Amino acid sequence: MNTAYVVSCVLLMAGVTYVIRMLPMAVFQRRLENRFVRSFLAYVPYAVLSAMTFPQILYSAGGTAASAAGLLVAMVLAFRGKGLLVVALGAAAAALLTQQLLLAGLL
Amino acid sequence: MSADCCENPAGLGEENPDLPDLSFQRGLKDGLPICLGYLSVSFAFGMTVAQSGMPIWVALFISVTNVTSAGQFAGFDLILHGAKYLEIAITTLVINLRYFLMSLSLSQKVDRGMTTLQRLVLSFGITDEIFAVAIQQPGMVGARYLAGLITTPLTGWSLGTFLGAAATGFLPESLRTALGIMIYGMFIAIIIPPARQSRPVATVVVLSAALSCVFRYVPLFQGISSGWATILCTLIACTFAARRYPVNCAETEEAG
Repeated sequence: MNTAYVVSCVLLMAGVTYVIRMLPMAVFQRRLENRFVRSFLAYVPYAVLSAMTFPQILYSAGGTAASAAGLLVAMVLAFRGKGLLVVALGAAAAALLTQQLLLAGLL
Repeated sequence: MSADCCENPAGLGEENPDLPDLSFQRGLKDGLPICLGYLSVSFAFGMTVAQSGMPIWVALFISVTNVTSAGQFAGFDLILHGAKYLEIAITTLVINLRYFLMSLSLSQKVDRGMTTLQRLVLSFGITDEIFAVAIQQPGMVGARYLAGLITTPLTGWSLGTFLGAAATGFLPESLRTALGIMIYGMFIAIIIPPARQSRPVATVVVLSAALSCVFRYVPLFQGISSGWATILCTLIACTFAARRYPVNCAETEEAG
């Protein structure tokens, strides 16, 4: 392992990532008044998280069947307004159960 | 302007003296689910690094300085292949550019009283999940709350990386695989309840998900990386929604 090369690369990655995260927070300290911009930014969280979740969630827990079971349980729990941890653990439990049932030949 | 101009989704907060100040402890507690989700992802990262033959400190060093899942995996892969600095910088930029949009959105959600120094320090900890939980709070978020909200996940991220690198095979494979879905479960828990209550938010969620599937499955778009795809989906869905459903016309008078 070339230590100097590895350390330089890691610091480079860290620097690029930090600047991306820091610039908007440091520059836009005042309230933006433009209505379109405010509306746009209000919708950003939902758009980002939705794009990251779908369809990637179907590949997140090993097999498609296990992931789909996790997705289904997550959607049902979220529709009922359950908290983050309950939804996340529910999805993982459903995926694990499906995976084990498939392995045991019961599904 | 459409008739729906008074929609006000939870994305941006307003100064509201009636809401209690969010404490550091509250931040720590709200960061706990993120921390648990991070344990499995960073565990996998630690294992990846250890299995490549790199020492444990490299894994920990990357996690502590970068705090980003996809960016770290991709960057580490490039390092293993002895990539050029420019290649590493550009890949990191593309994969992590979404944080720019998140940071911009968050800049409108934090207390006006937050100092520049606090902004410089706290922006280090803007991840997908921390951003998601912060933006979900009613009202504005302050430096103390944000510091707490970053501390727990960052601890989990580092600890998971260390454990994964040190004790490869510590968790059974089946359990580790299943835990991979937790992060997405959290995202669903964040976007679905507001989508049920607000038609504009539901529109954004469905539109963005549909676009994301198009980028993923339509052969024409196969060359677009997931980082760019996320950014494009966000730009298109938010532009559409901001035109169709501009938020809250009279927000300055709302205190009355």
